Amino acid sequence: MAEALLEVKNVKKYFKTPKGMLHAVDDVTFTINRGETLGVVGESGCGKSTTGRVVLRLLEPTAGQILMEGQDIAKLSEGQMRVKRKEMQMIFQDPLASLDPRKTVGQIIEEPLKIHNIISSSRDRQKRVLELMETVGLAQRYYSTYPHELDGGRRQRIGIARALSMNPKFIVCDEPVSALDVSIQAQILNLLEDLQQEMGLTYMFITHDLSVVHHFSNNIAVMYLGKIIELASSDELFAHPTHPYTQALLSAIPVPKLENRRERIILKGEITSPINLPKACRFASRCLYATKQCFGEEPDLKEIAPGHQVACFLKDKPEG
Amino acid sequence: MSEQTNYALEIENLFVEYHVDKEVVHALNGISLKLKKGETVGLVGETGAGKTTTGLSILRLIPSPPGVVRGKILVKGEDISTLSEKQMETIRGNVVSMIFQDPMTSLNPTKTVNDQIAEVIRLHEKIGKKEAAVKAGDMLEMVGIPRDRGGEYPHQFSGGMKQRVVIAMALACSPEILIADEPTTALDVTIQAQVLDMIRELKKKYDMSMIMITHDLGIVAEICDTVAIVYAGSIVEYGTLEDIFNRTAHPYTVGLFGSLPNMDDRTQRLKPIQGLMPDPTNLPEGCPFSPRCPQATEECRTRKPALRNIGGEHVVACHLFKEG
Repeated sequence: MAEALLEVKNVKKYFKTPKGMLHAVDDVTFTINRGETLGVVGESGCGKSTTGRVVLRLLEPTAGQILMEGQDIAKLSEGQMRVKRKEMQMIFQDPLASLDPRKTVGQIIEEPLKIHNIISSSRDRQKRVLELMETVGLAQRYYSTYPHELDGGRRQRIGIARALSMNPKFIVCDEPVSALDVSIQAQILNLLEDLQQEMGLTYMFITHDLSVVHHFSNNIAVMYLGKIIELASSDELFAHPTHPYTQALLSAIPVPKLENRRERIILKGEITSPINLPKACRFASRCLYATKQCFGEEPDLKEIAPGHQVACFLKDKPEG
Repeated sequence: MSEQTNYALEIENLFVEYHVDKEVVHALNGISLKLKKGETVGLVGETGAGKTTTGLSILRLIPSPPGVVRGKILVKGEDISTLSEKQMETIRGNVVSMIFQDPMTSLNPTKTVNDQIAEVIRLHEKIGKKEAAVKAGDMLEMVGIPRDRGGEYPHQFSGGMKQRVVIAMALACSPEILIADEPTTALDVTIQAQVLDMIRELKKKYDMSMIMITHDLGIVAEICDTVAIVYAGSIVEYGTLEDIFNRTAHPYTVGLFGSLPNMDDRTQRLKPIQGLMPDPTNLPEGCPFSPRCPQATEECRTRKPALRNIGGEHVVACHLFKEG
């Protein structure tokens, strides 16, 4: 039976800007079951990375609860959080920017073990680092090399080894393969899948790449301007995309096939500013089906089928 | 004198090397490619394959030194290596134009977008400032940006809008050949869809020939007529869309498709290509793909395969295939 590892309830993250309050994450609620993957998709500026960072409390939430195995980590003190964070790790998009250029591969992977004082003997630490390198498919000979000497795929493997060094239960993967070439991308995705199988890891997988998220996730949350506008299992979302934005997003994926090509829905305009939002559906100005109601009220997420939630007033719009 | 030819562009046996620090980077190793008038060819490959170098060579923009270019490039039948720098300037923009991947770095942050487009127009056409400004406004409208935003600076535009400005600039002098270097890679999918749609329409309207440089086979399926798969500075497979997608031949091309998630069956495991692209300063003997190829034989490791025809326009550089 699926058991919740992480429950995020009504989490908000606002930033103060000179122009007004920026609603980066605006009341998101979701659950990730142990051993499963939640994909979070959306375009630049939709709040997906901020959500990932708030969940790990790398950014403080403005409001809401973040329950990790039932414990609200939003209430933990900084010291308590530091301990908790061993269980909750992150893999970043740009492996070069997230690795210290003056440290060797060995030192980078070793650092968290040192900081958290997990292994005190330096010889045992080295043994553990070499073990981790093997787990992620990095040859031992790279132990003393620097990140800039390696290619993007290997750099990302360092980032993964570093995250794994804490034996985490939960990992936020923020665009972990976007900077990589497709053939390398596939290697890393397979690695993350194998690690999940072997270690029972739970992932929050943030990406803008819809074909990757479809392949990788059990459930998918689609975000638009700080809100989750649709949430469903991966198969359900791709079979019955219901929110007009999801429909447009899925139709926009360039499919590498010549047959059964989908009809494109071309959206007008671009994502608007998350500052001083009007009380209305955030997608209304770009929506092909928007009515008067959409411009006057904000729709809540509602369950339309078991496990399938949509925030949209429209009921009888065409199937995507 | 340019003779009559059916080809907008012909590249014959193009080599580009960079001589740096006593090392030689072999960026292009004998690429030949023909682009028919009005056709779109996709140049597909991974980082470092030589896609952008090919584009820059066509504009004669390879810095030399350290670049050394050998081979022939004919634009509308005319060998560009024989042209003076002055003549080349009239080719760039007027005949061949290029859209670069990152719109922010190809725009001048200190000039309004209208001025930047007008500048391009005035470099190539003898018209007055006012007239150029009006024409620049027309170009903005053509790419879907309201004319009255022309007085704004690049930072006031979103990524998708900036890329539209870059496209407007590239098309300002109605080029016959457009080289689009990953024009939508920096953009979100819904914006990518808008921009691709626009490029397709403009291409038709102006009857341009186009080279679409991309790593995304989905974009290729949508926009190209023919495809060249580039690996380590060589074309390893070339053919029509149907050849490449439905009669995939080269093990590298097979590997590229295997690396993509299957949209019909999400649980199907990805089949990545093992290993990495070879170091361009130290290319393997024989077939450049042989160290990663699951089917490589002794012959592959010692002798570089030539492109051979396997039916129609479909050619492949692989010892596994015999001339058909």
